[in-house]
Amino acid sequence: MLFIRRYLIPRLIQYVLVIFVGITAVFFIPRLLPTDPVARTIAELRSRGSYLDPASIDAMVADLTEMYGLEGSSFDQYIAFWQRLFRGDFGVSFFQFPTPVIQLIKAALPWTLGLLLVTTAIAWTAGILLGGVAGYFNRQGWSRALDVLAMVVRPMPYYVFAFILLLLFGYIFPLFPVAGGASIGRQPSFSWPYISDVLRHAFLPAMSLIILGVTAWFQTMKLVVQNLNAADFVQYARFGGIKERRIVSRYVIRNGMLPQITALALLIGQIFSGALITEIVFTYPGLGTLLYNAIMTGDYNLIMGITVFSIVAITTAILVIDLLYPLFDPRIRYN
Amino acid sequence: MKVLRDLLRDYRFTASFIILCILLAYSSLSFFSPIDPTVWVAIARDQPPSSQHLLGTDSRGIDIFWSGAFAIRNSLIVALVAGVVSRFITIPVAMLAGYKGGMTDRVLMFISDSFLVIPLFLIIVLLAVLIRENLSLVTLGLLLACFGWAWDARVIRSEILSLRERGFTQTAILSGSGTMQLALKEYMPFVTPLVFATLINVMAWAIGLEITLAILGLIKLDIPTLGTMIFWALSYQAILLGRWYWLLTPVILSVLLFIALYWLSVSSSEYLDPRSRIQRVGQSLRA
Repeated sequence: MLFIRRYLIPRLIQYVLVIFVGITAVFFIPRLLPTDPVARTIAELRSRGSYLDPASIDAMVADLTEMYGLEGSSFDQYIAFWQRLFRGDFGVSFFQFPTPVIQLIKAALPWTLGLLLVTTAIAWTAGILLGGVAGYFNRQGWSRALDVLAMVVRPMPYYVFAFILLLLFGYIFPLFPVAGGASIGRQPSFSWPYISDVLRHAFLPAMSLIILGVTAWFQTMKLVVQNLNAADFVQYARFGGIKERRIVSRYVIRNGMLPQITALALLIGQIFSGALITEIVFTYPGLGTLLYNAIMTGDYNLIMGITVFSIVAITTAILVIDLLYPLFDPRIRYN
Repeated sequence: MKVLRDLLRDYRFTASFIILCILLAYSSLSFFSPIDPTVWVAIARDQPPSSQHLLGTDSRGIDIFWSGAFAIRNSLIVALVAGVVSRFITIPVAMLAGYKGGMTDRVLMFISDSFLVIPLFLIIVLLAVLIRENLSLVTLGLLLACFGWAWDARVIRSEILSLRERGFTQTAILSGSGTMQLALKEYMPFVTPLVFATLINVMAWAIGLEITLAILGLIKLDIPTLGTMIFWALSYQAILLGRWYWLLTPVILSVLLFIALYWLSVSSSEYLDPRSRIQRVGQSLRA
């Protein structure tokens, strides 16, 4: 019971509050700006050369005002906005006209989710293991070499790194397909040819996310473990004659891992943004590419939908990681 | 001088210092540029590198060498505006949260946590879509400043938390210095190195985001920046047409800039943190 009162309820309140603040910000920020989305859309239509007579402009203004949910006072709009969100209604897309935004998101989601979950899991695990071992044997040559390598890769932003991989393996050594999630015209099925095709297409985007992720986790883990080396329990284990391999796996990595779980929770938003950017580079058919198309076509509803959806998804993911944390840390007991 | 000599023992500091000097020298050439990098087709288009055009010209008839110089300058302007302005949010938030503690701390840290947690990239894109015509260098810098303060506020706050527990805080309070005075006179000197190290990180982040936004076509595209150079090279299919010098110039420049900024930040913050400094330079430094 203490667990629920001390930990779960405050955490849930925080969860709801972050979503509330985030979505409220997404609602109000555009309204604070001196641009009028309705006027903008009409200006864009005109600049593409279509002639509009005054009567049809008036009709359009009314339609667009309704579509953007701009009727009534800001407060009325805000209430209506939440009502629509609870129904899962993000409006319709302009870029694929009568298709509801939620449907486009649903179609893109499995790609992003697959890429994101697999690469984050691989990058986190590999980074922790590598960083742990390299941190424990930090005076060895290979450990230093890995450190230098990480120092070179780490500062790259997602876009630039993915782009370099695209140039290297897409054009200079054309080993992998550089666009799409599967070959065009191939029917989705649970057969090896289809799965291997999907994997081949996912290889470069996954690689760029994994390499960037591994270096980041490697570096933070190595730093933590280097400090653990001087800790009493490690010294004691060493004097007690426990095999080094056992010390690394059972004591050092186990302890150094815990702050990395918290770090994962804090960084998942950035990792998600990075995945979207990587998808854009490789035109991988997930949320990132959907976002790209929405930006290119000025599809405001779709951008808004993706943003709101992502805020909810990311905060939920963080909540799950936070709630699972006690399972990994035996020192935390709530009762 | 002694500080510089100690820092130069770190290969990362030496390398980043040299790279940054070269990049700064290159970008300051833009003040003496013979061409205006916003004017199209003033010279022949699609020239390969030659003695006249060191890195060739692009498909818009703009010299690549000179637009590279402008690009670094402009990207650094965005980064500096974002970095410096975000300090004006970071420092007060961190000081207030760390010094006041209690409810103030909880509320401020809740806000900064929300900034960390929410996928900021999407919100910045949402904003950039709405103001894209007006997104000049300074506005972009200001926009990024509004989002780039949260992490650093956390880092600096924890430093203040430990400073608050030290004896001199009590001495200062008992000798009658107010909160403002305490923050500026007593804490600022301790926090300054940290502010500097995090400033470099925010600058690198801002440059990366500028590139990403430019490639999405979300900033003013006629200003030469590292991002807009890549944008134009991509939109004229520079890879497929074999004009590698056009695309590689901004890519290599930005990679150098990222590595230099990151190494500068890591080496200087390691130097400032005595524990890792001892690990690195050995005992000799303490004497």
